[in-house]
Amino acid sequence: MSTEAAHTDEAHATTGHYVRIAIILTVLTVMEVATYYVDIPFALLIPLLLVLAGMKFGLVVAYYMHLRYDSKLFSGFFFFGLTIEILLLIALMVLFGIRSG
Amino acid sequence: MATVTDVRTQERVSTGAAIWSWITTIDHKRIGVLYFVTSLIYFLVAGFEALLIRLQLATPDGQILNPDLYNQLFTMHGTAMVFMVAMPMAAAFFNFLIPLMIGARDVAFPRLNAFSYWTFLGGSLLMHSSFLFGQAPDGGWFGYANLTSKEYSPGLSIDFWGLGLLVLGVASVAAALNFIITIINLRAPGMTLMRMPVFVWMTFVTSFLIIFAFPAITAALIFLEFDRLFGTNFYEVAEGGDPMLWQHLFWVFGHPEVYILVLPGFGIASEILPTFSRKPIFGYSAMVFAAVAIGFLGFSVWAHHMFTTGMGTIADAAFAGSTMLIAIPTGIKMFNWVATCFGGRIRLTVPMLFALGFLTTFLIGGLTGPMLAAVPLDLHFQDGYFVVGHFHYVLFGGLILALMGGIYYWFPKITGRMMSEKIGKWHFWLMFTFMNLTFFPMHFVGLDGMPRRVSTYPADMGWDFWNMFISISAFGIGISVLVFLHNLVVSYKKGEPAGNDPWDARTLEWAIPSPPPEHNFDEIPTITHRDQVWYDKYGEGHGSAADLSKVDTSVAEHSEEDEEHEVHMPNPSYWPLLVGAGLTIAAAGLMIHILVAIFGVAWTIVSIYAWSLEPASTPPDEH
Amino acid sequence: MSDAALAHEAHEEHPTTTGLNHRKILMWAFLGSECIFFGSLITTYLVYRGKSVVGPYPDEILNIPLTSVSTFVLLMSSLAMVLALAGFERAAGSGADEERKQRELKKGRFWLLMTAVLGTGFLGFQVFEFYEFVHHGLGLTTNLFGTTFYVLTGFHGTHVGVGVIWLVSLLVLSYFGKVKPLDVELGGLYWHFVDIVWIIIFTLIYLIPS
Repeated sequence: MSTEAAHTDEAHATTGHYVRIAIILTVLTVMEVATYYVDIPFALLIPLLLVLAGMKFGLVVAYYMHLRYDSKLFSGFFFFGLTIEILLLIALMVLFGIRSG
Repeated sequence: MATVTDVRTQERVSTGAAIWSWITTIDHKRIGVLYFVTSLIYFLVAGFEALLIRLQLATPDGQILNPDLYNQLFTMHGTAMVFMVAMPMAAAFFNFLIPLMIGARDVAFPRLNAFSYWTFLGGSLLMHSSFLFGQAPDGGWFGYANLTSKEYSPGLSIDFWGLGLLVLGVASVAAALNFIITIINLRAPGMTLMRMPVFVWMTFVTSFLIIFAFPAITAALIFLEFDRLFGTNFYEVAEGGDPMLWQHLFWVFGHPEVYILVLPGFGIASEILPTFSRKPIFGYSAMVFAAVAIGFLGFSVWAHHMFTTGMGTIADAAFAGSTMLIAIPTGIKMFNWVATCFGGRIRLTVPMLFALGFLTTFLIGGLTGPMLAAVPLDLHFQDGYFVVGHFHYVLFGGLILALMGGIYYWFPKITGRMMSEKIGKWHFWLMFTFMNLTFFPMHFVGLDGMPRRVSTYPADMGWDFWNMFISISAFGIGISVLVFLHNLVVSYKKGEPAGNDPWDARTLEWAIPSPPPEHNFDEIPTITHRDQVWYDKYGEGHGSAADLSKVDTSVAEHSEEDEEHEVHMPNPSYWPLLVGAGLTIAAAGLMIHILVAIFGVAWTIVSIYAWSLEPASTPPDEH
Repeated sequence: MSDAALAHEAHEEHPTTTGLNHRKILMWAFLGSECIFFGSLITTYLVYRGKSVVGPYPDEILNIPLTSVSTFVLLMSSLAMVLALAGFERAAGSGADEERKQRELKKGRFWLLMTAVLGTGFLGFQVFEFYEFVHHGLGLTTNLFGTTFYVLTGFHGTHVGVGVIWLVSLLVLSYFGKVKPLDVELGGLYWHFVDIVWIIIFTLIYLIPS
């Protein structure tokens, strides 16, 4: 426990680092919201929004939840669940897509 | 203050104190016993339901049960066997054995462990209380929408089922999380992952499946209950809802659930076969990786339960393919078990008989699996008795026989007494014979087109003979269960003393006294080899006659005086029970009155606070 | 749910096999499991998108500007959360003098409070949003959109609510000296998870036009 605290202490970035990430997150959010007001072709819009959301998701997970600096085991649990869910989501959307048309 | 001495004085305390000690226990071994006894009772209840079903089906146009009652009985038989027999019985083994096998004093979160048990008890009692109101669940264990909608099931029966399962889900996930962390984090020094007994690996994979499969059914059940209680539209066709959603979410959970049920059986067989073949398990790493592969693949096959729903050829083909892939790792396991026995010095004790019985019947059940995975065949088999035959071979042959073997194998460790081999052999041969005589003919009537879940059938279908045959055989299984109960009681009272290591076995639990002391190990062992206890006894040898001469005494009988270097065990607590009770009250409240539900939630929250503020163990200096 | 209750369960004095804390592994395994739960809710929303047989439909009713603000509020609560954890960690760290530690602890408590306040603010936005929607004729049972929308965002909101209670409990307990940095870290992991779920919901439900 004490070794862990020491480890996270130095690996943890400073307050400034956290604030910088918050700024990036804000900018990404502004870009997301901007798509609502700007005319973007539908085919481009969805990938763009997914990429932006993915970046925000990744930043929070990597730095705020400090997975980047933490044990691989934690990433394993989290991304295993996440991967299964994404695959299920795609599979079910395809299956229901076939069903309704 | 719970210390070593408490255990030995326990026999002399009053009944009230004894009951209180069981209510507040957080000892993994006692929780294991609680799980075992509870699931055994449900086994008898659900088995009795099966016999009633067979009485009804023994003759054409059966009059014993009316269709409503029949629906309730087959629903509760299936639901109880899956959620209140198979899973908690496996949990009983996990609880008792995992800390012993990895060299730990308890699980990672002892109070969470107690919470799992009490929540399981609450959920299962909630569901069974439906019988008191004559409204037992009657929608099948799969509860297909929109059979379960308020329109088609107006009473409370489906609510008992849905809310009961939600509570049981909480218990299962909490228990699974606990075992995952125990196995990751409480292994004795030197116990690397690849030195763990295969049973521990199977528990590990099972627990992973539980935490990743249960959320899907939790969501599906929440939708169901929202539809029923609050009038939402999840499965409401008129509003654009789609009953297929339930089937998908249910089977996304339901197929991994099949492996959740059967992997513990694999684990038990993988401990019994090496012990009584006097050989290490053949292909240990292949066994481990096959189990992991089954775990992964288990998530990709759910729609093979839905070939008749019109998913389209591509989807059908994909799910048929992924299902057949599972035959590969399962085949690897089969070959490894056989190879474990091959050339071994086999002792046909009762546990070994059950393990061999498991091998053969599971093979039959396994072989009908790829048949059902073939789409054209499945279209014919769907909802027929062939399927019933198939999964009873897998679950009775694969799981119940293995669990029985496990009971005979570890009973000496748990109680300190041997089970009678003589009665045990009667038990095995009766159960094994009648099990096959019951479930094998189901394939025949299935091929002849007999549908499942139908309360009766006309006389001219050509199913009369086999149905009567099956029903008579089913009562044979019933008799074998009575023999088993008799053996259990007699052996518990006056079985021969077992000693530490009656089977000349291989894993850590056999190095400590039977029954184990509360703190398990006086000193946490250091592990240098797989099958450490065997290695300590025989070195690299295979237990030849020369090796045999030095058996047993090498396992130190710890003298009582030795135990003065006290081990700090966590304090007993009743808060886990109260949290579990609060959840159950909240769930029941949704059927009674919203205020009761709110009361249950408040009760739960207060109990969680009390739990988290209560010190887990008394600091050493107060000793 | 029971994670908060485990506050004193881990035997921190005993070394663990991996060197990792029991409770932290528990938290991550629990979050992995939660991924599937929220994933199932989101999947349901998506497969039912555009299947409502009566209105109001999403594009008539979703208020993007308002939700953008509440999204920002929840995002900032995550920043407050990491700052709270940093404060508690520095206060418990070695090296610094007692006065500095007290200062850091105060900062930690301040940011913990801010996290809870921002979380409550988010919930306020959600209550307002629900109220507006009901006002515009979208009830829980009106159509498939109402059903899937309220259940998904409602369960998310419940998680935020549990998080707020958790954080406030930590704040109160910290005055009794009962809060270790790890306790804050675990609460924080849960909090950030709830935030990333909202990041996904915001994109999939609000921003992608139906």
